[in-house]
Amino acid sequence: MTRTPQSLPQGRRLGRIDGDVAGILLLAALLIIVLPLGLDIFRLNMVGKYLTYAFVALGLVLCWGSAGILSLGQGIFFGIGGYCMAMFLKLEASSPEATKIQSTPGIPDFMDWNQLKELPWFWEPFHSLTFATIAVVAVPALLAFIVGLAMFKRRVGGVYFAIITQAFAAILTILIIGQQGYTGGINGITDLRTLKGWDIRTDEAKLVLYFVNAALLIGCILLCLHVRRSKLGRILVALRDKEDRVRFSGYDVANFKIFVFCFAAALSAVGGAMFTLQVGFMSPSFVGIVPSIEMVIYCAVGGRLSLLGAVYGTLLVNWAKTMLSESFPELWLFAMGALFIGVVMVFPNGLAGLYQQFIAPRLGRLLPRPASRASAPIIPPHTAAD
Amino acid sequence: MSSDKINADKTIGGLPSPLRRKLLLGMAALPAVGLLPRGALAQALPTDAVNTTKLAVTDSTVKVGILHSTTGTMAISETGSVQAEKLAIAQINEMGGVLGRKIEVIQEDGASDWPTFAEKARKLLVEDKVAAVFGCWTSASRKAVLPVFEQYNGMLYYPTFYEGLEQSKNVIYTGQEATQQILAGLDWVTKEKGAKSFFLIGSDYIWPRTSNKIARKHIEMHGQKVVGEEYFPLGHTQFNSVINKIKLTKPDVIYASVVGGSNVAFYKQLKAAGIDLNKQTLMTISVTEDEMLGIGGENIAGAYACMKYFQSLKNPNNEKFVAAFKKMWGGESVIGDVTQAGYLGPWLWKLTAEKAKSFDVDKIAAASPGIEFTGAPEGYVRVHENHHLWSKTRVGRARTDGQFDVVFETADLIEPNPFPKGYQ
Amino acid sequence: MFEGYSLAELGSIFAMQGFAGLILFSVFVLMALGLAIIFGQMGVINMAHGEFMILGAYVTYLCSTFISSYAPALFPVYFFIAMALAFVASGALGMLVEWAMIRFLYRRPLDTLLATWGLSLILQQVFRSVFGAREVGVVLPDWLMGSVAVTGTIEVPINGLFVMALTTAITVAIYAVMFRSRWGQGVRAVMQNRVMAGAVGINTEKVDRYTFGLGCGIAGVAGSAFTMVGSTGPTSGQLYIVDTFLVVVFGGAQSLIGTIASAFTISQAQSTMEFFLSGSTAKVLTLLTVVVILMLRPQGLFVLKVRR
Repeated sequence: MTRTPQSLPQGRRLGRIDGDVAGILLLAALLIIVLPLGLDIFRLNMVGKYLTYAFVALGLVLCWGSAGILSLGQGIFFGIGGYCMAMFLKLEASSPEATKIQSTPGIPDFMDWNQLKELPWFWEPFHSLTFATIAVVAVPALLAFIVGLAMFKRRVGGVYFAIITQAFAAILTILIIGQQGYTGGINGITDLRTLKGWDIRTDEAKLVLYFVNAALLIGCILLCLHVRRSKLGRILVALRDKEDRVRFSGYDVANFKIFVFCFAAALSAVGGAMFTLQVGFMSPSFVGIVPSIEMVIYCAVGGRLSLLGAVYGTLLVNWAKTMLSESFPELWLFAMGALFIGVVMVFPNGLAGLYQQFIAPRLGRLLPRPASRASAPIIPPHTAAD
Repeated sequence: MSSDKINADKTIGGLPSPLRRKLLLGMAALPAVGLLPRGALAQALPTDAVNTTKLAVTDSTVKVGILHSTTGTMAISETGSVQAEKLAIAQINEMGGVLGRKIEVIQEDGASDWPTFAEKARKLLVEDKVAAVFGCWTSASRKAVLPVFEQYNGMLYYPTFYEGLEQSKNVIYTGQEATQQILAGLDWVTKEKGAKSFFLIGSDYIWPRTSNKIARKHIEMHGQKVVGEEYFPLGHTQFNSVINKIKLTKPDVIYASVVGGSNVAFYKQLKAAGIDLNKQTLMTISVTEDEMLGIGGENIAGAYACMKYFQSLKNPNNEKFVAAFKKMWGGESVIGDVTQAGYLGPWLWKLTAEKAKSFDVDKIAAASPGIEFTGAPEGYVRVHENHHLWSKTRVGRARTDGQFDVVFETADLIEPNPFPKGYQ
Repeated sequence: MFEGYSLAELGSIFAMQGFAGLILFSVFVLMALGLAIIFGQMGVINMAHGEFMILGAYVTYLCSTFISSYAPALFPVYFFIAMALAFVASGALGMLVEWAMIRFLYRRPLDTLLATWGLSLILQQVFRSVFGAREVGVVLPDWLMGSVAVTGTIEVPINGLFVMALTTAITVAIYAVMFRSRWGQGVRAVMQNRVMAGAVGINTEKVDRYTFGLGCGIAGVAGSAFTMVGSTGPTSGQLYIVDTFLVVVFGGAQSLIGTIASAFTISQAQSTMEFFLSGSTAKVLTLLTVVVILMLRPQGLFVLKVRR
């Protein structure tokens, strides 16, 4: 399922590769062997759903952790990715035979209820799985490109960028809810059944999708690692810490920011598409302000600089959410609020930071050679300042 | 077995007298099996016979689920339904349970989040193997769980009035679908107030839009006019512009389906703008006694609400229901239309199980049409072939104390019609 | 849509519509002023601003229940008492939050954003545990309800007038405090150059604490006033947060005049569009326009040169 270490991008030092590879192998073992063996299909499907958020968190590690751009609108891209996939699945579920009781057979049920007589033009291409798959990545990336171009070229960043992306999330939610004939409205696109004739609702399908999801996630981590290790990744860090110096050195700072924002958007969208496949529907409640900001906390809990931390953070927060809301519903908001505050004030480097601080040194003492490296440098005090 | 019987007797003996009388009356009205002691009944209907699909049924208990939001933005609305369902289950248990088995409740929190609803529905059906689930409130949550109930063959009792356009073997809709709520009310306001023109205003999502679509067709079919139709995003709080439009178009009736926090703002601003609801007819399909708490009676007094149930309804069933509800949940609590519909769920399920002599979902689904519940607070209800309820439509007039005066009810039960021909 | 109306009728409708725009303007200014002080002057993103407003609203609710049962004679004027208490309550909580949390996060605005979001979640749950999940109805004294008939056809809501008067009063008061008092001088000095301000003997920590408290206190008053036009529930605060931030950012963050100008622009645009288009479309168009203008002119309407 996972790639062999040989296919990894070559880093500078041997020790670095070992540390990251060990971490990734450990995660892969956890996701692909331990969890499927230890959990029943119901819980495993839940973990699968959590892991789709981890794609968003990965994007945020690059975008926010590495490059210092905090987007409060990642839900937009998660949502668009999910909607692209949902549109394809919905069209497949709305074959003329399956919808013959409608006044216009062959179009999705919610369109029929809204008196649409034919499929809107932008739905047409989603009959093709290839197109839908490309759209999952391309549409969010394009949108991110436009937003990024407008904002970064004008040197808008920091807080303003966060607030404007948040406003976009609000706008998109209102639009999706309001245009229910085209989008399914507040109910979203529901009752998705098959992917190319393959029933995605069965337990076997859920198991397969879980593994696909886990493999994709590992692949994306490797990709992110590659980006971070490249010269590009180092420029991103440089412009986070001293943007002007990078600019004075002759780099077009905006282009790098646009790239990383688009990249994060595409990652989120992949997560969204996998979410739709595993959960079986998509709705505007994953697009809005609240989910977008919650996704930031997944990344922050894991450690905003650590790719692996983001995955563990996502799993941990969501698991805690499920557990707490099952047993102590009133406590959940308190816990979530405390998490936001704690992660900012007490442990800004999240789980990865705790690991570096407390566990790695002991591991180092136990093992003959340093198995880990400082994968998460401690955040300098002024990183987040604009 | 004998200890079971003693327990049952004790709990009935401990009931407050009006409730006890009601329960005893209710028991008398039931088929003869209802009077058998629990042990004997459970023996008469062995678990193997009543449960062929491995549901969580033992010789003395049966598990059901309650699936509502107790946290998040929807908790406000769903609390009443949870309370009503628990009350119904407690009463049923005091009467000896269902098919001689005591109901055990597993409550799950949907947390106002639709995938959580789907997840928890799956948990209830797959892990807990509950015989029935009472739950969901918003259409979005129902749409999210529906495929789960169909896939795992569960039974859902859904309490909210909703937009229709749905029908499933696995769902019993105990609230009214759109035509049941809208048409009779429009006819009444036409006849009573001579209304010729309507201004439709709602929150921007599927239920108000579908409801207004049906309302508009009905209005136009009768040669009346819709002079405005407006939708605002959920949570919108500024209505002064639209109030000016209302003043400009001077409709005979304002027809409102605004929900949530917007509701409060809408009525307050309407009143502040000098629109006196005692002179300007306003009919709403979204304000129950629950919403009145937030809006404040003085802001909405005089408006007409079109529902199937009001707390102030005068009939013996309802008086007992209100008393029992307040005894269980406190004298301050109010009961709205959906709360009452939530109360119907467990009772309908019990009656169906006893008719089918089984907990099997397929048998329950098949036995449901024709089930009658004479003890319903709203009066007599009956399950239709399409799994919705035959029920009356009523119009209430809001009072300053947060209650409604019932000013009209249809003579007959209205047939549920989730896919109304000519209204789509 | 205007056929069949006399000129006089149209005139009065437009007058009332203009007035509706003014009410919306006042509401925006009330929401945004506190945030503009906190964000503009201190660089702190307070995502819990809406919850501070709702705290004010709940204080008003408590006041109305308390006074109507224990001192009914005071009821006609209770609203003023409630506003004062709302100011004190929200301001005190604000100062506590500044002391416990915000002061560690200056120069990390994105982190204040996350931390205050966490605070807003906690406050929401506190409201829910204390006041219940349902919205509460605040009973207003009779004189605040209803409308004044200016002419036969023009009617002006009294609570709208009240909100406008209140907004004016608060704006004037803030102007006086910020630009005419010694303390305001200190605030501006700290904002423009913290180190120098400290060097000339200004207690910057104290200034920060009181500035934050002032901003939150104004939010409390705004919340108190909003009980007249909106809902009071644990999550009502979140409804306001995006609008409020856009008003502040659109105005140019460091400029109070800018905030007022942007509130005016946005409210007039929204209220006009709401009249000619349908509600949802108007809202989307307003937000989109603001965002697009901000993308083209990120510094906002008014810019104040600040040395950081």
